Amino acid sequence: MTQMNMLQAINNALDTAMAANERVLCFGEDVGVFGGVFRATSNLQQKYGKARCFNTPLVEQGIIGFANGLAAQGSVPVAEIQFADYIFPAFDQIVNESAKFRYRSGNLFNVGGLTIRAPYGGGIAGGLYHSQSPEAYFAHTPGLKVVVPRNPHQAKGLLLAAIHDQNPTLFFEPKRLYRASVGEVPDEDYRLPLGEAEVLKEGTDITVLGWGAQMEVIEHAVEMAEKEGVSCEVIDLRTILPWDVETVANSVFKTGRLVVTHEAPLTGGFAGEIAATIQERCFLYLESPIARVTGMDTPFPLVLEKEHLPNHLKVYEAIRSSVEF
Amino acid sequence: MTTTKARVVYSPVFTDGAEFRIPTFKLLKQDGSLYKGAKAPDLDKDKALRIYRAMVTTRILDERMLAAQRQGRLSFYMQCTGEEAAVVGSAAALDDADMIMAQYREQGALAYRGFTIDEFMNQLFGNELDYGKGRQMPVHYGSSKLNYMTISSPLATQIPQATGYAYGQKLAGDGHCTITYFGEGAASEGDFHAALNMAAVHRVPVIFLCRNNGYAISTPAAEQFAADGVAPRAYGYKMDVIRVDGNDILAVHEATRAARTLAVEHNRPVLIETMTYRLAAHSSSDDPSGYRSKDEEAVWREKDPILRMRLWLESKKWWSEDDEKQLQENMRREVLETMKRAQKRPPPALDTLVSDVYDEVPPALAEQFDSLKSHIRRHPDAYPKSAEHAKGGL
Repeated sequence: MTQMNMLQAINNALDTAMAANERVLCFGEDVGVFGGVFRATSNLQQKYGKARCFNTPLVEQGIIGFANGLAAQGSVPVAEIQFADYIFPAFDQIVNESAKFRYRSGNLFNVGGLTIRAPYGGGIAGGLYHSQSPEAYFAHTPGLKVVVPRNPHQAKGLLLAAIHDQNPTLFFEPKRLYRASVGEVPDEDYRLPLGEAEVLKEGTDITVLGWGAQMEVIEHAVEMAEKEGVSCEVIDLRTILPWDVETVANSVFKTGRLVVTHEAPLTGGFAGEIAATIQERCFLYLESPIARVTGMDTPFPLVLEKEHLPNHLKVYEAIRSSVEF
Repeated sequence: MTTTKARVVYSPVFTDGAEFRIPTFKLLKQDGSLYKGAKAPDLDKDKALRIYRAMVTTRILDERMLAAQRQGRLSFYMQCTGEEAAVVGSAAALDDADMIMAQYREQGALAYRGFTIDEFMNQLFGNELDYGKGRQMPVHYGSSKLNYMTISSPLATQIPQATGYAYGQKLAGDGHCTITYFGEGAASEGDFHAALNMAAVHRVPVIFLCRNNGYAISTPAAEQFAADGVAPRAYGYKMDVIRVDGNDILAVHEATRAARTLAVEHNRPVLIETMTYRLAAHSSSDDPSGYRSKDEEAVWREKDPILRMRLWLESKKWWSEDDEKQLQENMRREVLETMKRAQKRPPPALDTLVSDVYDEVPPALAEQFDSLKSHIRRHPDAYPKSAEHAKGGL
């Protein structure tokens, strides 16, 4: 075990994967000798050479198209998109190509080795284009896996799982926590399961669900609610697609109430999918409407970021109104 | 910082690159004889006949399957007519283990590699033997054993993928390269730019082969780009480039052979622009009479690449009237018989609806499938094909 922040844990996961398999490659804008604008790929080029860790020209659709080809060839590419806000030029390569490669070829070809890493989320004064949470766009795409870690231990275990998973996987890293989140991380190779939510705290009155940096927000909101005697069950979804319906439904069977929170805008956000599914599964058990605490239906603002974000107070209020319904 | 030492001038000097005129490489005249001074490439009889048979197979398959589409037996079809030399001639200059990443008008390359008429038909009819399990529209072929990447509809997406695939081949050091085919319309997509730039920067063994056939559906090349075709763009990437008469099988073969040497032995990506003409409609859903003249088509019909090669073969005494008659008859019969067989085969099993989305079927998708099966069980007459073929899956 070593004390690491989230960036060190990600760097350590990449190092672990590259050491174990020479077909693992890391590339993207500025990931080479510079080690990435956030330093997630520090020292990898020095250690594994320019052929396995390199800068690409500044072209997101090219990075992912190139990565798709490499993965189809049998390599294990870990492509970096500098900010999740800039993944959209590659949307076609991800949605029409990566996600459909295996299906359309009848499994003659696949890009299962592909992992796409991208820093995501707000809270760093990033304005419109350094703050976005695009997971819901990809959640509508069969064939992809979408994963979000909440701390350094998760980051390494889930990233190694994503790299070894036989499906193209998007790995969104909460950049607000890159240096803020610090914890013990095992030195060896370990993998946390994809497609499984984690119950962080058991409770009986209400289920509070989120992912990534929002788990920290939930933690504060739940502390406030528990002081007032509300017993909260807290779940980290971890994998957005395919998501763990079972764990969430079982929790709601028990608590009868659900709050879902994410930074992305409300309309078309992934909380809508969760709410609809849980309403179908748990209709007779629900004691209050499922609440969604999310970013507003606006582009991500700069100066009024604090007002825009679904902070712990907003989550706390949603918990209160749910239990008082 | 610039990568080259620029000459300095002290008044504004603009240049539009007009001084770079790329010549067209030709070897074979339409009458089957070589141009003066042209040297025939190193093609033995067996290989020449393998190429010719693939071209004729492609032509006959295309004619017959377009007719089948017109009769309503097939939902969709796309012909390669007029472009057989560009496609087959280039594929034949590669090693059969090199990867081919095509657009959708390159069935000739598959025919050359040995894809059987049965295999073509199974895909066209999406029956239970189709490798793609009936999921894609007709002509979206793929074959892992023939190193032919499965086709997808979105244009140009395969071009940066080819760069990535070839980068993997370079690291593997297996002495192979990738060729990627695309039309001059697809070359306007951003993925074209991404692919060529990345290939040049990383010195990737990939051959970019543009079929410049004059039209992207109804859009003539003059509305596609203002420059002298696609070839001059290679200068901007510092990439080797050659323009070839795409109806000249010998020139296409020779250019691709030389390009492969540059790619595999020197890690130099190459752009080949083959100048040809899309003699047929864009697809079975298109009628070219709305946007181009019969006169223009007639000019190109006289440049038929298959006839040109046949005359060359005959001049070398490698082919005769009888050989031609026999090949045509056999091929037409085989296409017809195979089509009937493929059409009668059942569709893919019902569970292929949900397999291969992921390596394993996720629980939520398995539930959707169970619900579909119950539904079909209640309404078997509404879903006769899948109900009959569920093979106990229901």
